[in-house]
Amino acid sequence: MINLLICFSSQTFDKILIANRGEIACRVIKTCKKMGIQTVAVHSDVDSSAVHVKMADEAVCVGSAPTSKSYLNMDAIMDAIRVTGAQAVHPGYGFLSENKDFAKRLAAEGVTFIGPDTHAILAMGDKIESKLIAKAAKVNTIPGFDGVVKTAEEAVKIAQDIGYPVMIKASAGGGGKGMRIAWNDEETREGFRFSSQEAESSFGDDRLLIEKYIDNPRHIEIQVLADKHGNALWLNERECSIQRRNQKVVEEAPSTFLDQDTRQAMGEQAVQLAKAVQYSSAGTVEFLVDSKKNFYFLEMNTRLQVEHPITECITGLDLVEQMIRVAKGYRLQHKQEDIPINGWAIESRIYAEDPYKSFGLPSIGRLSEYQEPLNLKNVSVRVDSGIEEGSDISIYYDPMISKLVTYGATRGEALARMEDALDNYVIRGVTHNISLLREIITHPRFISGDISTNFLPEVYPDGFKGHQLEAGKRRELLASAAALYVTVQLRSQKAPLLPPSCLFHKGACLTRDASGKINLQYLGTMVSLVLSKLAAQLNSYMPEKVPEDTSSILRSPMPGTVVAMSVKPGDTVAEGQEICVIEAMKMQNSLTAVKQAKVKSVQCKPGETVGEGDLLVELE
Amino acid sequence: MAAFSVARRSRGLINGLKVSFRSSGQLKHGAVAAPLLQTSLHRDSRWYSAGHLSVKERIEAKRRAALAGGGQARIDAQHKRGKLTARERIDLLLDTDSFVETDMFVEHRCSDFGMEQDKNKVTHLPEVIFYFFNIIFCLCLFCFSQDFTVFGGSLSGAHAQKICKIMDQAMKVGAPVIGLNDSGGARIQEGVESLAGYADIFLRNVMASGVIPQISLIMGPCAGGAVYSPALTDFTFMVKDTSYLFITGPDVVKSVTNEDVTQEELGGAKTHTSVSGVAHHAFENDVDALLNLREFFTFLPLSNQDPAPIRECHDPSDRLVRSLETIVPLESTKAYDMLEIIKAIVDEKDFFEIMPNYAKNIVVGFARMNGRTVGIVGNQPKVASDEYVVLTPPPPFCCLDINSSVKGARFVRFCDAFNIPIITFVDVPGFLPGTAQEYGGIIRHGAKLLFAFAEATVPKITIITRKAYGGAYDVMSSKHLRGDVNYAWPTAEVAVMGAKGAVQIIFRGKDNQAEAEAEYVEKFANPFPAAVRGFVDDIIEPSTTRKLICSNLEVLARKKQVNPWKKHANIPL
Repeated sequence: MINLLICFSSQTFDKILIANRGEIACRVIKTCKKMGIQTVAVHSDVDSSAVHVKMADEAVCVGSAPTSKSYLNMDAIMDAIRVTGAQAVHPGYGFLSENKDFAKRLAAEGVTFIGPDTHAILAMGDKIESKLIAKAAKVNTIPGFDGVVKTAEEAVKIAQDIGYPVMIKASAGGGGKGMRIAWNDEETREGFRFSSQEAESSFGDDRLLIEKYIDNPRHIEIQVLADKHGNALWLNERECSIQRRNQKVVEEAPSTFLDQDTRQAMGEQAVQLAKAVQYSSAGTVEFLVDSKKNFYFLEMNTRLQVEHPITECITGLDLVEQMIRVAKGYRLQHKQEDIPINGWAIESRIYAEDPYKSFGLPSIGRLSEYQEPLNLKNVSVRVDSGIEEGSDISIYYDPMISKLVTYGATRGEALARMEDALDNYVIRGVTHNISLLREIITHPRFISGDISTNFLPEVYPDGFKGHQLEAGKRRELLASAAALYVTVQLRSQKAPLLPPSCLFHKGACLTRDASGKINLQYLGTMVSLVLSKLAAQLNSYMPEKVPEDTSSILRSPMPGTVVAMSVKPGDTVAEGQEICVIEAMKMQNSLTAVKQAKVKSVQCKPGETVGEGDLLVELE
Repeated sequence: MAAFSVARRSRGLINGLKVSFRSSGQLKHGAVAAPLLQTSLHRDSRWYSAGHLSVKERIEAKRRAALAGGGQARIDAQHKRGKLTARERIDLLLDTDSFVETDMFVEHRCSDFGMEQDKNKVTHLPEVIFYFFNIIFCLCLFCFSQDFTVFGGSLSGAHAQKICKIMDQAMKVGAPVIGLNDSGGARIQEGVESLAGYADIFLRNVMASGVIPQISLIMGPCAGGAVYSPALTDFTFMVKDTSYLFITGPDVVKSVTNEDVTQEELGGAKTHTSVSGVAHHAFENDVDALLNLREFFTFLPLSNQDPAPIRECHDPSDRLVRSLETIVPLESTKAYDMLEIIKAIVDEKDFFEIMPNYAKNIVVGFARMNGRTVGIVGNQPKVASDEYVVLTPPPPFCCLDINSSVKGARFVRFCDAFNIPIITFVDVPGFLPGTAQEYGGIIRHGAKLLFAFAEATVPKITIITRKAYGGAYDVMSSKHLRGDVNYAWPTAEVAVMGAKGAVQIIFRGKDNQAEAEAEYVEKFANPFPAAVRGFVDDIIEPSTTRKLICSNLEVLARKKQVNPWKKHANIPL
């Protein structure tokens, strides 16, 4: 009866337009369906038969494949809103979700933006301003100094004020370039000398940045939820330290690292910040946490995060539903003490990318076979995806295939289920990162919770090479492969036999080529085996085919668009010099020369799309 | 010589029964069990016994020499070239210890140009290893393997005689012949005897054509007259970098036409699988080639008297293929990969493509449906005709051209000859226009494909995935050419030509072209016109294609159709 009342009193919108695609659009549509709200999908022409389009009640094509022409095309999306009469817009994440102009235009037409108000987006969108606001709201920020430092002694004084270790670099230098770490006064003097010289010579700007250095940093974020009446809650943390190139790969909630006091302190600071900017809707406050559990504000994301499902798992809240309610103007249904941590949830991001190339370079293709591991015995597996068998993973959009979330009463249970789910995930047609994910979640360091944002480069200093088999597993693999081989041989002789599926434990046969080679997926990693003693013996007589000399040609390592071509025929390039830039799936990749040489020919133009392995430039 | 040795051997063997058993390990290649039946000769004297011993020693010595081939030095040289010896090849190709060798004792009969001397030096060597009752996956076949380490594998009269003998045997019992070719060419020292040998082989190739499958695997040089034997067989496979096929070598080419060309360019695996279309597939190396050949063999029936083989199937025959629902792009000008459709539909994605690099705008090859071998023919929209590459902008999808018609026709005829059902996937906008094609005889060559489909009496199932325009619609195993089951996907368009061209003709000189075009598309760019006339049997959901093909094949296995009696048809060659 009470439930009924709540439902009745929660009348929100009749129709919502989802200005996004892929899994997040599907995710939002699911909640809308649950709440009895009509949905409108927008899509580009290539997405016209995408899953989110099929799921929605109505769909409007807003342009061609490039995101700037479709999902970022505000005019077309505004038209779609008018045509369909949607009362509110859920922006998902990415695209227009943190675009203040879009929020303004919606407000001007009286359409509700399901997200925070424009001023909060504006305030948190600027890195420097957001830090100032956070500081003012008594949120821990990374202590530091940015300005002209005249002498080494001055630098030492600043460093002592901040507290060691400190990081010194030229203000003008981007990223970690020219960064020096000092653990004491002497190292500070040395760092000052180098950095000030570099600042002067390289950038002509002698300002220095001296900042607290965070050792073994962890990326831990707090989910907040606020309404338009000044109420705000923190929904516990998410541990997102496993990253590659600043993109998260595996997330979990809660974190193994935080104690209740730290959690509470972080939560309260996050809520302070939300209140300081009159935040409403769901948002995320990101912190860096050092090895001594000191935490520092990084930034605030004013949208629904990719990894929100793990928070939903442990708190039991539907964040999208809460966002819609808040957008309609309702007060929060919960109090801080109502927010539990029930069990443990882990999310793995399944990407269409090759983990053997710098932990993941995008790959594209058509999903010729696709089965989500939802048929497992336990029900605590959630897969958020926006694709199906036959879908195309194209160069235009994010290469994420799905988010695989497992839940358990304990972390061990959640991890075991994740392992099982990863082993039972069938993806064919594109290269995917399941092998890497499986290695991460079974790695002793990960299991013990000893992780930081440097986890991947530390554990795999030479890059990811797939699962390394120990003797026992190796024998298990060989036994499975031999059984498979015999099965195939016997079958050709019309003898009765077991179907190959009975023979495998944690493995599957991917391809079997006629030349006696079997490709097996075992413990997530692909293994090639030659299965006949005679064939292996005679193979030793076969000459190695001389591979193409790759130092004088540049091939595209991935499918994408040529953004810039920095050389022309006749130019001389130095080793390491940029030759061209390929953009694929929101990522720009600079391709460099591996030796000094003269450019013989250029085979592509900026703006052209190229496939993996396509010849770009020939050197002499 | 042969008769004599058999007689002696028989007597001796009975006497020394124990001995022969004891040495049976060494004799595994021998076929000497038959004389045991001649029990009347059992009572022997010691005189014979002594004779037997010496003969026995000679037998052993000859066998040892035969197994050694051209000697260790030459075997090493063969390995160094990245090639296996004739015996290693056989070992890899056939089931372990399943073969029976004959004619191990045959030797060449030439004594000119120092050959006699040579013969003495290396004693007598089998120049070609020939196996009798060989087994691959428990199926019997006949096979010969030329030994390059003996006189460079050159063909002598005796060598040819051995090959002819097994071909005759194969014809008698109805089992396939596999030739592993590695021969320098004719034995010049023997002159006309060698040439006669070639002709004898050619004749048998022709007589066996369409009766038993014949496969040639070129594993070394194959030049001059020798090339015609592989050319007459059903399939010619090559090994990359180590095999060559040409009528005359680079030296002669240089002296006659003044062209500078390498062996590889002139007749290497790449040339023949992508330019000339002489070879059907090229493999990485000997091991790859032999194991692939082994696999390929499992698709074939033993002879034209046998039905298409059925293997136990681990892929449910009623599996729905959901990925096919979206494979044909909505824009009718956009390409997609027909291979993906084929691999998704057939058993376990297992598709043995024939000529994957030649006339790529048509895909042909073998696969299985619910375990039964089928031949697949499909237009490949992903690849423009070879000629299109020079045109800009290239037309977005493929037409049938000369090369693809011939490739398709030969494949269809093989399937028809050996009772292999044919499944055809159609997406073809017509025949390729242009002077190059017309001058090249597209009419004559296109007619081959038409002829092949029309005369085929095996079960024929056709699926129109998208375009089926004009004459090409008729050709591609249409209902009118006795297609047994013809299906259309909802994306199918069966019409005389594309909307634009049609409207230009129907409404010539009229202004409202765009409107007329839309009307034409509405009327014809869908499967209905064909379906209402019964030219397609049903419009099916793409995901059900596998299920339907499998159940239809089950029914069609009982199909019996006979063409009118004729000496042979006159296909437009």
